[in-house]
Amino acid sequence: MSNVFIAFQTNEESRYIVEAILQDNPTAILNEQPAMVKIDVPGSMTIKRATIEEKMGRPFDLQELQIHLITISGHLDETDEEFNLSWNH
Amino acid sequence: MDMKVKKKLGLKERYGLMTRGLGWDTTYQPMDKVFPYDKFEGIKIHDWEKWEDPFRLTMDAYWKYQAEKERKLYAIIDAFAQNNGHLGVTDARYINTLKLFLTGISPLEYMAHRGFAHVGRQMRGVGPRVACQMQAIDEIRHAQTQIHSMSNYNKYYNGLHAPRHMLDRVWYLSVPKSFFDDAITAGPFEWMIAIGFSFEYVLTNLLFVPFVSGAAYNGDMGAMTFGFSAQSDEARHMTLGLECIKFLLEQDPDNLPIVQRWIDKWTWRGTRVLTLVGMMMDYMLPKRVMSWKEAWEIYFEQNGTALFNDLARYGIKVPECVNQTFEDKEHISHQAWATFYQYGAAADFHTWMPKPDEMDWLSEKYPNTFDKYYRPRFEYWAEQHKAGNRFYNNTLPMLCQVCQIPMLFTEPGDPTQICYRETDYKEEKYHFCSDHCKHIFEHEPEKYVQAWLPVHQIYQGNCFPEGTDPTAPGFEPLPAVLEYYHINHGRDNLEYEGSEDQRNFEAWRQQATKN
Repeated sequence: MSNVFIAFQTNEESRYIVEAILQDNPTAILNEQPAMVKIDVPGSMTIKRATIEEKMGRPFDLQELQIHLITISGHLDETDEEFNLSWNH
Repeated sequence: MDMKVKKKLGLKERYGLMTRGLGWDTTYQPMDKVFPYDKFEGIKIHDWEKWEDPFRLTMDAYWKYQAEKERKLYAIIDAFAQNNGHLGVTDARYINTLKLFLTGISPLEYMAHRGFAHVGRQMRGVGPRVACQMQAIDEIRHAQTQIHSMSNYNKYYNGLHAPRHMLDRVWYLSVPKSFFDDAITAGPFEWMIAIGFSFEYVLTNLLFVPFVSGAAYNGDMGAMTFGFSAQSDEARHMTLGLECIKFLLEQDPDNLPIVQRWIDKWTWRGTRVLTLVGMMMDYMLPKRVMSWKEAWEIYFEQNGTALFNDLARYGIKVPECVNQTFEDKEHISHQAWATFYQYGAAADFHTWMPKPDEMDWLSEKYPNTFDKYYRPRFEYWAEQHKAGNRFYNNTLPMLCQVCQIPMLFTEPGDPTQICYRETDYKEEKYHFCSDHCKHIFEHEPEKYVQAWLPVHQIYQGNCFPEGTDPTAPGFEPLPAVLEYYHINHGRDNLEYEGSEDQRNFEAWRQQATKN
């Protein structure tokens, strides 16, 4: 099974986003590089609005991810509640 | 009083309402006349409504988030300029990567803007039209923010003064320029595969992610910021590229062979262009994040394999050229830097030989190739430089008719022989760097015979300032060509050691830490 991945700029918002991803995706592999952080997950990854809100302590719109995103890999499906990346093989 | 609370619409519904039902079929003119370009390539589309943007980004949200990105970016650019941020970079060699970026990459952002504006107009489906419109606006933003960020360096360093002028003239800039010219003169679907899929999805990670992270590692807050700000849009562009390919393959089985050929062609075209990025990562960043080979393995091999495994269900095969890249990844950055070192008199940036500890890093990262094929030559050049014989090659190289890169790549299986291929077309001979570039030519010869090859143009006398007389006694071609390029001989070009950039940077950094 191939990995999907997502990368963010490191900043005070993405810190919570990364925490939320690691919590919701137990097989996630964290890779910290200069000024950026990359998270790989085998097969698929789910980013949940509710978990990010809990970490940040404020309402969060998943489209705010756009501001910190660097890159993604995998098929994307986004709703108000979840941002999903997956491969179909 | 009772108040009826209206339920807020979900993302899918909002996206549907804001992007669908806004188009119409024309009645005064036939649709085929209004959209003349979306059929001649042979692509069959039955239902444009099937096209979906998985980000479900609507125009109002787009403006909101892009405005936020711009505010962040310009706050950092101001802070960087106000605090003499340019003196915080590792050393002034680093700034040469920005010269290559500004002349070789930023103008392509502008071409991408033009391409997506054009293609968006040509698609009769509303979904791709909205997505292309957003990408067209993104791309012009990238060109502008890169020029703004790097204009701060132009106040202090050489070689950043004429990127637009140089793009149309300078020999190595014809490589990225011709790549985009090739794409923008193709049909709208080929453009989408060339730029949206091959470049954005398969290859752009290699340009923006490890290289921009490298800029941050080298203390360049300015480049890091525009790079990541641009890259935050790229995630959307990659998604558009992937969506486009799935859409084409699902619409009609007849699309498969056409799409496969475009993937084969553009994966190779992109791979060749990225040679420049490989060289930037291995040789031009004083502090290195990862080697070109490592970046290639993570972002092309692992990620690309996942992608091609996924597309296999549509019948898409891994392009044949990928086999050659497994071997090339250990060579191309060294071969490219060796070429620029030799032709350092005709480049708009400085070149140098790696220091001994940097050679050790290269040996460690390239255990199969660096010591065996490249180190001895590089050490010899370094010794010659020390002895006062800095080597400059004054003979112009032969160029590949397709990728326009000088013949610097070696034969598959034998890194000691330069790879040459040729073919005859209408009683003329054409030369190529590889089997793959040759195949691309043979499929579309009428397109590539028109290539503006800088070396041919110099020999034909088309690259001298107006009024130059090349037959005059004592005529020196190189200074005339440099003048035509707007490269200031002795300031913008030649060896880094002893350059004005090096001296100024050292003097200014001293001043910044003393009274």
